[in-house]
Amino acid sequence: MPELLQFLLSGITVGAVYALVALGFTIIYNASDVVNFAQGEFVMLGGMITFFAHAAGLPLPLAALIAIIATAGIGVALNKLAIEPARGAPVVSLIIITIGASIFIRGATQLVFDKQIHRFPAFSGDQPILIGGATILPQSLWVIAGALAVFFCLWLFFTRTLIGRAVLATANNRIAAQLVGINTNYVMTLSFAMSAAIGALAGVLVTPITLTSYDVGLALALKGFAAAMLGGMGNPKGALVGGLLLGILEAMTAGYISSQYKDAAAFVVILAVLFAMPQGLFGRKSTDRV
Amino acid sequence: MKFSLTTTALAGTLALVLGFAAPALADIKIGATLSETGPASFLGDPEAKTLKMLVEEINAAGGVNGEKIDLIVYDDGGDPNKARTFATRLVEDDEVVAVIGGTTTGTSMAIIPVFEDAEIPFISLAGAIEIIDPVRPFTFKTPHTDRMACAKIFEDMKKAGIGKIGLISGSDGFGASMRKQCLEIIGDYGIEVLADETYGPTDADMTPQLTNIKGKDGVQAVLNPGFGQGPAIVTRNYAQLAVGLPLYQSHGVASDGFIELAGAEAAEGVRLPGTALLVASLLPESDPQRAVVVAYKDAYEKATGKPVSTFGGYAHDALRILVDAITRAGSTEPSAIRDAIEGTSGLVGTTGTVTMTAEDHLGLDLSAFRMLQIEKGGWKIVE
Repeated sequence: MPELLQFLLSGITVGAVYALVALGFTIIYNASDVVNFAQGEFVMLGGMITFFAHAAGLPLPLAALIAIIATAGIGVALNKLAIEPARGAPVVSLIIITIGASIFIRGATQLVFDKQIHRFPAFSGDQPILIGGATILPQSLWVIAGALAVFFCLWLFFTRTLIGRAVLATANNRIAAQLVGINTNYVMTLSFAMSAAIGALAGVLVTPITLTSYDVGLALALKGFAAAMLGGMGNPKGALVGGLLLGILEAMTAGYISSQYKDAAAFVVILAVLFAMPQGLFGRKSTDRV
Repeated sequence: MKFSLTTTALAGTLALVLGFAAPALADIKIGATLSETGPASFLGDPEAKTLKMLVEEINAAGGVNGEKIDLIVYDDGGDPNKARTFATRLVEDDEVVAVIGGTTTGTSMAIIPVFEDAEIPFISLAGAIEIIDPVRPFTFKTPHTDRMACAKIFEDMKKAGIGKIGLISGSDGFGASMRKQCLEIIGDYGIEVLADETYGPTDADMTPQLTNIKGKDGVQAVLNPGFGQGPAIVTRNYAQLAVGLPLYQSHGVASDGFIELAGAEAAEGVRLPGTALLVASLLPESDPQRAVVVAYKDAYEKATGKPVSTFGGYAHDALRILVDAITRAGSTEPSAIRDAIEGTSGLVGTTGTVTMTAEDHLGLDLSAFRMLQIEKGGWKIVE
């Protein structure tokens, strides 16, 4: 029995990491239908900037704050310099631009910082917490709490605030949104800033567990993207559930079947779900009027 | 107008290049193709820096047999196709007498045929045993093989009376290759593998795999062949689960960075085979390698301001072997250099004492590795 519990705790730890990354995809997707493949780079920047600010002598909370603000700034720059000039382009072109941006950010990080793997200390120590014979690290609880908090804030944002609805309206129909007085440029800039900030926050929270280096973004983005697809792209609830499900699925496969098939099993389940429910578990139904 | 401007600029650049190259014509030309950038840059970067530093040093001291060394370095970015292009360029355009390089096994294997055909001696800096087994007349290498690391670990296990182990390996190139090498020779030591788990190179948590190993009856120790962040996470999870058995890591993580990533507390008691370079200051005065590794470490750290790495040490040894061979051959004829390299005997390098033969183009034995144990965030030699 302790084995099952340990697999579950491992799955939740990893799943919360995926969920945090997946949540970052939500806002930009909701504002523009663009899947931002530079999202993993935001996570990486959050971890790397925090590490170097901390190594330069700043206390960890301040370093984390600087990382989140700096990354949000980079998100805004990405929108202003790369996405906005290509505003009229089809969504696919915009997605390709984000892939280019991710390669650029990775290369720049390699030059500005370095190519080594880094880690900063966990927020509340490394003493494992015992739960019924299984263990979990305090940092995992931070990640889980972070994912839940981000989820809650996003849910409030999209359902309870005017600006959140303006974001949804912009995605739905940009011209109609402009006609009712929504500044769509501002909405886009805001959504990139928020997505980048959420990504950076994820980076700050997960780095003590996953470690960070200039090239971790791609792997994180892929898993986060898979989680978001599983849960339903654009839905914060989908991102949270999809991430946790993916993590638990991997841990159970590694524990009970074979660690060799861990990734394969997870992706087979995702394919099966998407086959039955192409919108993901909680995705919005898209009905195009012809 | 625009055209002529470009032409002038081109001509200017050409003159500049020729101006620099001209006095080097009579020198000993040594080529290198290294992965200074790209995914293997953490290997190739210190290698390139080491070669440039040592060549400067040798030339300042009067060169080899009175002639200066002209080092030509290309950056292949870890791409075997590019490496092959540069290898051909080194042979045909630069007309080098010997080549160091091939940072990775992939690039090395791709360029071996070029040098074998051109009959130019080539010293690889990559790990795989395939480079020198079977022996090719013009191909040599300096790093010890993964199989030797396995042998060193199993020897230590046998001494400690460990007969049954759990294996957890990375599924990346290094982890998969070392796992295979270890399984090939483990029978010779009478050690049995009870659990054989793997993890992906970017995985964030290995507690399920370690829980399964911990749950297997009779496991006396755990071995983790791996590279990069994986082994650090395995070590942290190992402490988290309080497995309580000896943990062996591979030479792939033999660096101070590993202790930092895993945390001194979690890494306490971890054993791994490492080179003398890693523990330069801990070596006894009587150790024949001490003078060599301390000199290289001090020079490298002074020249680059960065901590010395095992990989730069491979390049150091390759150049020393080459310079020693050219000195003994008294000639810069590639075939004479090749014969002299094969005759290398008792040359003390950073990875070990090199004695080559016609059947052994690596020339290292198990004494090249030191069994190390992590204690209080530092290294301790346990032999």
